[in-house]
Formats: sequence, structure tokens, C-alpha cells
Amino acid sequence: MSAMAAPAEAAASNRILEIRDLNLSLRDDHGWVQVLNDVSFSVRPNEILGMVGESGSGKSMTALSILRLHAKRDAQLSGQIQFDGHNLATASEGRMRRIRGRHVSMIFQEPMSALDPVFTVGEQIAETVRRHFGVSRKEAFERAVAALDSVGIASPRTCAGLYPMALSGGMRQRVMIAMALVCEPKLLLADEPTTALDVTIQAQIMDLLLELAQKTGTSVLLITHDLGLVAETCDRVITMYAGQIVEEGRVRDVISNPQHPYTAGLMRSIPDAHRPRGGLSSIAGRVPSFRNMPEGCRFRPRCEFVEAACSQTQRLTETGGHLVRCHRARQLSLEGAPA
Amino acid sequence: MTDATNNNAAVRASAERAAVAALPRQESVATWLWNWLKHDKRAAISITYLAILVIAAILAPLFAPYDPNEQNLMDLLMPPSSAHWLGTDDLGRDTFSRLLYGSYNALYAAGLAVGIAVAIGVPVGVVIGFVGGWIDEAVSRVIDAILAFPPLVLAVAVTGALGIGLTNAMIAVGFSFAPVIARTMRAQTLVVKNAVYVEAATGFGASRAHLIVRHIVPNAIQPVIVEITLMLAVALLAEAGLSFLSLGVQPPESSWGGMLARAYHYVEVAPAQMLAPGFAILLTALAFNTLGESIRVLLDPTIKKKR
Repeated sequence: MSAMAAPAEAAASNRILEIRDLNLSLRDDHGWVQVLNDVSFSVRPNEILGMVGESGSGKSMTALSILRLHAKRDAQLSGQIQFDGHNLATASEGRMRRIRGRHVSMIFQEPMSALDPVFTVGEQIAETVRRHFGVSRKEAFERAVAALDSVGIASPRTCAGLYPMALSGGMRQRVMIAMALVCEPKLLLADEPTTALDVTIQAQIMDLLLELAQKTGTSVLLITHDLGLVAETCDRVITMYAGQIVEEGRVRDVISNPQHPYTAGLMRSIPDAHRPRGGLSSIAGRVPSFRNMPEGCRFRPRCEFVEAACSQTQRLTETGGHLVRCHRARQLSLEGAPA
Repeated sequence: MTDATNNNAAVRASAERAAVAALPRQESVATWLWNWLKHDKRAAISITYLAILVIAAILAPLFAPYDPNEQNLMDLLMPPSSAHWLGTDDLGRDTFSRLLYGSYNALYAAGLAVGIAVAIGVPVGVVIGFVGGWIDEAVSRVIDAILAFPPLVLAVAVTGALGIGLTNAMIAVGFSFAPVIARTMRAQTLVVKNAVYVEAATGFGASRAHLIVRHIVPNAIQPVIVEITLMLAVALLAEAGLSFLSLGVQPPESSWGGMLARAYHYVEVAPAQMLAPGFAILLTALAFNTLGESIRVLLDPTIKKKR
């Protein structure tokens, strides 16, 4: 008994965030739909964990669930989100307010609209500092200026006095990063932080984000549909499809040896300059609607390796060094990228 | 040559704008106001007119050449002259003095009605918009019911119940205006509360009260500001109308509507007597409307500024 408990405890202390059987249902005009289905994963200290999948696969919903940012009336959350000794799925609203922005921060996809247009960026960062540290207005503003300086803004004091509309998209995303990291959180949820930006500055912003996260000792959950970015930056990767985790493992293993047909499909759709005239490959079909999800494997209607047994419920099982939700994983040999 | 000058001007203008945005806030408000009025002549004229009116209303006792209520039965219904700039009314009272004193009542009435409308409408609109659900449904139906009621009729009914007087009448008008503001504020709140920056602020630990006061109200209030200026004109007309029906300002105190009502009886003998209060009402309502239109243009992001 005690022999069982000891490793479990050791494992728990080695984790910043531990999510177990997370289910999320949202309500719209037509009733309730389940958008997350038994999602379980964990984030380790100083780790960069990638989360990939198409739009509508539940990546953003997972991040929003961790901070519990869904409207209470229209969302039902069950399962466990263990963070810092608290279960965030059931924590009080007051506890969540103390955690948001202080211990867990989020960078939103659209820097153009994530800043309040009627306050200067300095005021907005200072507001977060004041809320969590209760320092004086002046002190909070100084910290905001220092944060703007740390994200590489040339004249931080001038920038702090500017309204968001005076800044470009890249500058705004720098401001968001400054705001997210000003309290040195343990976990940063970065929801497609570079998707809305110009290609030429995506790499700059990403480098900055990861460098600062390393400096402040912040773990990052990086949500993206750019598998190339994941290959370059992440330690581990999770593939999500239709509200479920379909594959999880170390980036090197998953990239070189994908076990799930969906992950392999995603990898094939990465444009490759060295593949001549091949054209862009894509996965046929689209993510099924949550209202009529196929029985068994949810990827079944789009999968080229489909067989009769696929209509049975698929479990996430360890196959080839990482977790895969496909019973044919062992039989298939899927093409990966050279590591 | 002209192209080059234009380009230079444009470059300088954008440099100026950046400089203004970078300055501390207090200074930038004055600069911004100056720039606005410099480029919007209609706004400048209406603000100047309204400023003069406010000063005249407050300092009426200093400016008025006569006691507004002093009767002079020797000089009835006089045409404008050097002694009486705008003539006298049917009791020999100086029209210019009465007009000045009347402006105080007009502004007080408009301010009171709109003040009450804002004090009730803004919080109600924000709260029902933010909370939503059955509370929103219930309050919205009450708002619809009040909106269906004509303001003047409500004001007449209230003065009937609470007693005749300007304050009672304008409180009633204010109550009937409140739903208009509440509805605009609710609609704006519904838009603003789903903005990414509100979600982001929640994500950085803001409480609901903080969200409402710091993020939702400042972003949702802009159309209400326009509505307020337009509503001041309507309230002014309501005061004039009620006083015309002798339900507002009571004699011997002067009000523009009351003056109009008295002059109306002598329009064949002294037609000039109707012009003074008539134009005062017209110009003031026009000034409020023009200002409202200018503010709307200023705040509308879809209209390109020439500056």
C-alpha cells in the first residue's frame, strides 16, 4: 500500500498541473454539447508542452477550462484540475481570481483585441500587478515599465503611456507577454500566440516568449496548429482530435514515429520546401460536429486505415513509447519526419 | 509643390498625434479638445453657444437690466427699444430679463431630467446586460412597457398626482427617459462583455465589479454620451411644452415655454413677443442636437477623420 503511494506522491510533486478526466459541456441555443471528453494530462516544471489539432478539436477549450473562463451558466466542468494543491475545477471564484494572472497566465490569440482600448498599456499591466501584489500605484507602474523593457520594447516608458491602438500587432503581443509574465506565474497558457501575426515577426515573438518563460521558470502550454513550431520548441506534445487526446508523447518520438493516423496526417500537411511539386497534402473531410459524433474512434470517417473494429470505443494506451488512442497503432507503420 | 506641402503636413500631423498620445493624460485632454473644436466648426459654435447660455443662466441677476417679475402697467406689450431690448410682455415685464432668468429654468429642467435618466438608466442597463438570464428578461419587459408610454403624458399624470411644479414634472420626464438609456446601455454591454479584452481581464484575475466599472462601462458608454446630448434637447422641449400648458414653471417665475404661452394670446397685437422665447428654445435645442451629432461623428470609428 505504502509502496504504491510513494511513487504517486513523488510523481505529483514533479508536476505543475495535473488534469484528470476533464469533461466539459457547453450550452448553446440548441442545448448542451460535450466538447471535452476525458482529457487527462500533466505539465511538468519548466516544461514546454505543445498541444496540436485542427480548429474545433478542443485545444482552446482545454486552456479556458484550466482558468475556468467559461460563462458559469453555459458550461459544465467535471474531473480534476490539480494545481498547487487545489482542484481548479471546483475551487471558489475568489481562489480562481487569485490564481488567474498570478500563478496561471494566458496569452490570447488576437493581440489586436485582447487589450482594453480605453486604457494605456502601462495602466493595464500595472492593474494586474496591483491586484496581485497590492503595491502602490507608482510601484506597479514602475514594474509595468520594467516588464515592457524585458519584452524588448525600445522606449518602455513612452510605450507605457500609449493606448493599444497606437501599437502594431507585434508590439501588442509583446505587451500581452509582458502582462502575462509580469507576476512570474508558474504556468503560462499560450493560445496560438503567433497565429494572428505577420510571418516575419512570428519567430521573434516565439523566441522572446520561450526565453522569458525560461528566465522566470514558467512552464508553457503552447497551443498551436503549427507542428513545425512544436518540433522546434516543445519537450512533449499532445494531439487533440474532436475533444479527445489521441496521441501524447515526447516530441522526438511523436514526430519521427507517429502512431495515430491523425497525427501522421497533420505531419503530412506541413508544407515542405524539399518535397518538389508534391502540392499540399491535407486530411480529407472535416472534424465531425459534436452533436453527431461517430461511435468508437472519432477519426474513423476520415481515416484511410479504417476497419470494422474501429467502431468500438478506443482507449488511450501505451504504444511504441507514447500514448495513442488507436487499436491499430501497433499494426500500422506510419510515415514520420526524420528526427 | 502643393503635393509636397500636403505630404509634409500629413507627416507633421501624424508626428503630432503620436506626440500627443505619449504625453501625460491631463495635458492631452486639453490639446485633444482644442484640436477637435478647431476641426469641427459646428461643435465649436454649439459648445460656445451653450457655454454662454450656462453663464447667462448662472449670472442672470448680474446681467438682467430689470427685475424679471416687476410689472410696469404703463408699458404693456412694447416692441423692442433701447430701454427694453426685447420689448415687454402683457404685464409690462422686461422680456430680455425674463428670457435670462428663464434660461436657468430651462437648463435646470433639462439637466434634472437627463441626470435622473442617466442615474437610473446606466446602472440598470449595465447590470441586466452583464447578468443576463431571467433578470434581464424581466427588466427588459418592464423597460418596454415604460417606453410605450409617452413621456409628456406620464409627466402630466405625475404632476397631477404629486402636485404641479417644474421639479415634479422633470422627475417624471427623467423616469420616462431612463429606459431609453438603459436599453442602449444594455445593448452595448452585451457587445462589450464578449470582447476579448474583457475575457483577458478576467483571465488576469479581475473581479466582476472591477470588470463592470473599469472595462465595461468606459467601453459601453460612448453611444450613451451621444444619446444624452440629444436627450437634453428633448427634455428642454418637454419643459417648454409643460410650462406652455402651465404644468411646469409656475408664475410669476419665468420660463421660455410659459413666455411663449402668454405671448401666444397677444400674437396679433405684439407678434415680436413670441420670437424671443421661440428662438431661445429653437437655438438651444439645435445646439444640443448639433453637439450630439458632432460627438457621434467623433466617436464613430467607421467615419474617417479628416485630421
